[in-house]
Amino acid sequence: MDWIVPLILTVITASTPLLLAATGELITEKSGVLNLGVEGMMLVGAISGFAVTVSSGSAILGILAAIVAGMLMSLIFAFLTLTLMANQVATGLALTIFGVGFSALVGSGFVGFPLDPLPSLSIPVISTIPVIGPILFSQDFLVYASIAIVIATGWFLTRTRAGLILKAVGDSHDSAHAIGYRVIRIRYMATLFGGAMSGLGGAYLSLSYTPMWAENMTAGRGWIALALVVFATWRPGRLLAGAYMFGCISVLQLHAQSAGVNVPSQFMSMLPYLATVIVLVIISSDYTKIRLNAPACIGKAFRPAQ
Amino acid sequence: MIRLEPRRSHSQAMVYLSPVLAIVMTLIVGGIIFAFMGKNPLEALYTFFILPISDSYGVSELFVKATPLVIIAVGLAMGFRANVWNIGAEGQLTMGAIFGGGLALYFYDSQSVFLLPAMLVFGAIGGALWGAIPALLRTRFNANEILTSLMLTYVATLFLSYLVHGPWRNPEGFNFPESRPFPDAGLLPIIYDGTRVHLGTAIAVFVVIAGWLLLSKSLIGFQLRVVGKAPQAARHVGFRQKRMVWFTLLLSGGLSGLAGLFEVAGPIGQLQPSISPGYGFTAIIVAFLGRLHPVGVLFAGLIMALTYLGGELAQISLGLPSAVTGLFQGILLFFLLACDVLTKYRIRVGSVATKGGAV
Amino acid sequence: MTGDAGAEAMTGAGHAQLEVRGVTKAFPGCLANDDISFRIEPGEIHALLGENGAGKSTLVKIIYGVLQADQGEVLWDGKPVTIHSPHDAREMGVGLVFQHFSLFETMTVLENIALAMNDVRDMEVLRKQVVEVEKTYGLPLDPDRHVYTLSVGERQRIEIVRCLLQNPKLLILDEPTSVLTPQEVEKLFETLRRLADEGCAILYISHKLHEVKALCQKATVLRGGKVVGGCDPREETAKSMAEMMIGQKLTAPDRGNDRTFGDVRLEVSNLSLASEEQFGTDLKDVNLTVRGGEILGVAGVAGNGQNELFQALAGETEQFAAPDNIKIDGTSVAHFGPRRRRRLGATFVPEERNGHGAIPDMSLAENGFLTAFRRMALTARGLIREVPTRSFADTIIKTFDVRTTGAAADAGSLSGGNLQKFIVGREILQDPGVLVISQPTWGVDAGAATAIHQALLDLAAKGTAVLVISQDLDEIFAICDSVVVMAEGKLSKPRPMADVSIEEIGLLMGGLHDLDGDATPANGTLSTGGRVDQA
Repeated sequence: MDWIVPLILTVITASTPLLLAATGELITEKSGVLNLGVEGMMLVGAISGFAVTVSSGSAILGILAAIVAGMLMSLIFAFLTLTLMANQVATGLALTIFGVGFSALVGSGFVGFPLDPLPSLSIPVISTIPVIGPILFSQDFLVYASIAIVIATGWFLTRTRAGLILKAVGDSHDSAHAIGYRVIRIRYMATLFGGAMSGLGGAYLSLSYTPMWAENMTAGRGWIALALVVFATWRPGRLLAGAYMFGCISVLQLHAQSAGVNVPSQFMSMLPYLATVIVLVIISSDYTKIRLNAPACIGKAFRPAQ
Repeated sequence: MIRLEPRRSHSQAMVYLSPVLAIVMTLIVGGIIFAFMGKNPLEALYTFFILPISDSYGVSELFVKATPLVIIAVGLAMGFRANVWNIGAEGQLTMGAIFGGGLALYFYDSQSVFLLPAMLVFGAIGGALWGAIPALLRTRFNANEILTSLMLTYVATLFLSYLVHGPWRNPEGFNFPESRPFPDAGLLPIIYDGTRVHLGTAIAVFVVIAGWLLLSKSLIGFQLRVVGKAPQAARHVGFRQKRMVWFTLLLSGGLSGLAGLFEVAGPIGQLQPSISPGYGFTAIIVAFLGRLHPVGVLFAGLIMALTYLGGELAQISLGLPSAVTGLFQGILLFFLLACDVLTKYRIRVGSVATKGGAV
Repeated sequence: MTGDAGAEAMTGAGHAQLEVRGVTKAFPGCLANDDISFRIEPGEIHALLGENGAGKSTLVKIIYGVLQADQGEVLWDGKPVTIHSPHDAREMGVGLVFQHFSLFETMTVLENIALAMNDVRDMEVLRKQVVEVEKTYGLPLDPDRHVYTLSVGERQRIEIVRCLLQNPKLLILDEPTSVLTPQEVEKLFETLRRLADEGCAILYISHKLHEVKALCQKATVLRGGKVVGGCDPREETAKSMAEMMIGQKLTAPDRGNDRTFGDVRLEVSNLSLASEEQFGTDLKDVNLTVRGGEILGVAGVAGNGQNELFQALAGETEQFAAPDNIKIDGTSVAHFGPRRRRRLGATFVPEERNGHGAIPDMSLAENGFLTAFRRMALTARGLIREVPTRSFADTIIKTFDVRTTGAAADAGSLSGGNLQKFIVGREILQDPGVLVISQPTWGVDAGAATAIHQALLDLAAKGTAVLVISQDLDEIFAICDSVVVMAEGKLSKPRPMADVSIEEIGLLMGGLHDLDGDATPANGTLSTGGRVDQA
């Protein structure tokens, strides 16, 4: 049974970047904006966090830099789609293409730098309880933060007036505008939050999960995060479950390879992507469920009528 | 404050002007980025955009690189017109290479003149099959084709990697992850001696013309445009959206597969783990830069091919990382999307003119 | 005509609740409001009359803070105010009931109300207030129902309740009755009169002149963005007010003298079809026949299955009914798609112009091609024949007097009336055997409406069977030979226009299908049926 605790620990760290990015995208989408640039924002977050941490020696500064970088990326997106009303799908793709190039360019000077992983916050005494101790009480603080953010997001959406307004804007921007809400401003804020979370998720990859920088190191996690939001039918609670399920799949895939399961490694590596497709198919085929939960205005440009 | 004022009709002039504007602005920003990296901006821009095509061999290489971009982008443009977002062209390209290339490897000692045509057919079928999966999932299960086609790209790439590391590895290849070289009968003929310009380039031109006829002159093209612009109107007159999803994904998948086959049966000559520097993704930009119009795609393909050549040259002679290419491509698409607003709106700078100059 | 008397009669005594002075608002290419002035006293019910495009909505948006005027001022209780936002307007005491509701489908009634209140701290307190207002004014609503489960009338109640909760001093209603049955309208008027008695000023925007006459004490008439007069509606006739609105004599369409009907050309029998809309109405055992030369009207409150009926007739649905359910000239077509139905000589005009009947950012030539390519032979070997396509559009433009720069203009550049003329013309020029048209003159100016009505009558005179789906009873009375009423997905039996009254249609619209007397005694149902019972 010795292997089970480290296994669960890796699942948690593998799930955290997905959870962070997907939570941000969930809020963005709830406001009616579809930002397909998650992958690009994560990459830019990853390199910004890594570069600043290496240069300054402070992981906190690195994390802040990643958040800011993610927000700047989403600001480009918001300006193009919300102010200039560019097509959201195309702009999201552009953001990803740009993010891949930009992060590779900045990162070319940082390939191969070693970095210590984020320290874990071992809570005295209880973290020494067998099994539960290391799993629940000695993670790094971003793990706790990610779970706190998901819970806070759920509370925000269901219990607060601001959350109600956010959902209203995503449900019908015309109605929201007519009764006096600033649709564009609210969408800017939701998009920026999404960018911040993606940046943070990226930073978690480069600072904690695999503390290093490699080109394209997100390997499609941004896209999987997008699929997770659909999987969760825009509900934070199910997002948590979904992210951890994907964490499991990606870790099991690695462990099966090292445990000598006799399947070519490429096929094992396909698992997360195939799982994403399957999950999407299962969830999407329940059309009414999607329609009732998806923000009705998602992806549609808004321009106040005269 | 920037205010957008709707035009009564689309500005035709801006449809053509906005890509030019976007390119100019990309060059300006590119120069600034080069300056930040400590390079002389003019020299760097010259190296990037002029030097690669300053001799005839360079121009021929431009055609070689533009060939897959144009072929793929013509198919993607059709889909984007119909609001079908196939972003998995890279995977369809890979599958086309696997299908067509697999045929060449199976008949590795063949001399038959039928091998190459059969490979073309197989390549197109491979890509179309890979495009059929998102089409099936979208029409049958309502699953978003953006995500499924992209996920399948990863799967296809891994599958190719498995093949060249495993069953299809060249038995005489010193354990390199590569297939056997294709037989001569399975290689595309060079159409201009002394260059690498192959038959695929000629076919690309044909694809452009056929695509133009299809999109602008045919009933099917009209249906595509109606489905994309006004789904409700399409339903009203009986243009079935699902049929368009199938049509565009099979078409763009097939063309991507063909492009992949051209790469492995042309410049590369065998199967390798990596057969494309992201042509499938760059073609998305080509499609937009070309105004989702086949003729525009031809020009856009040449321009984007130049960024590949420029990137390579800048890497060699200026020591710039190759990622600069991707950066340029992303910035160009940003500017293009921003400039496109001008076709539908006039920009009026309000009382506080702060951001007006930036876009 | 009383002319300016109305505008000047109230000057002097005390402050007006609201006074608008010289308000001007320009949009690119149009002066929406041009130096508009008028005033409303507390407790007054004031009508704002005008055609589509006269500037009513712009003026309302300025008063509600959605838009800012370029010039002029708004006085509230005699003091000049600047209204920056709807929030400000609500703060002052302005309530607005929107024409197109400002509701959120997937949220509950309570959440919808909370969203339109300026400050809500406690949902439970709000719930109590809502229940109280509902009781006081007799507007029953379950706060926990989701909006998508509610009828149109109930949705309007949400809008009214959320205005009343803020104790408004001025309540604005923008075309509130277009979605109500005549009986529901009467009920609404009672509520409004009661509010006025309590001192609330009411600004009532409508183009239904009978209603204005029954409800309002004063009226301001707008035309082309200008105030063209005021009057006391109680002393005017509907006709005189209409002529003020459109600025010319009203001409009734020429119905011809001896209207004779031929064989049945459109037959719908036992058609039941589940709605494909998320919050739609299923069709239940629909039967109707239209003979050649006949115009049959389908009356009813919006959202009672008219869209579903249109989609079923046009073949727009994903799922089809059994083939025999719909017959065109005797051919069973219910399993056909739109293209095969059109081939048999049926044409269709949907309610929505932009994106359904026409594509705004395509040219008129392409929009003509859209539905006519088969019947007008505009394709050859799968390719578009450009010259005939263009000349077909030119013919429509000329025959139906469509004001445009030519066939190359985008459909979106046309005004509503001109685009509707183009669409109707496109279908009529295809010489159809059957024409199904939904809301033929919705949002169209009077000139275009008259032209369209006349075109439909002329088409019927040539032997076409015409089915008109309309919420506008005046329109149905003006052009139809007989009428059926749609309620909750069911159709009443047809009645000749000559022996049916507005009241009767109103009761049928409220869901009383049994007036024909074959199931339940008609007189017994009057006091208990449907939504009429709250009267």
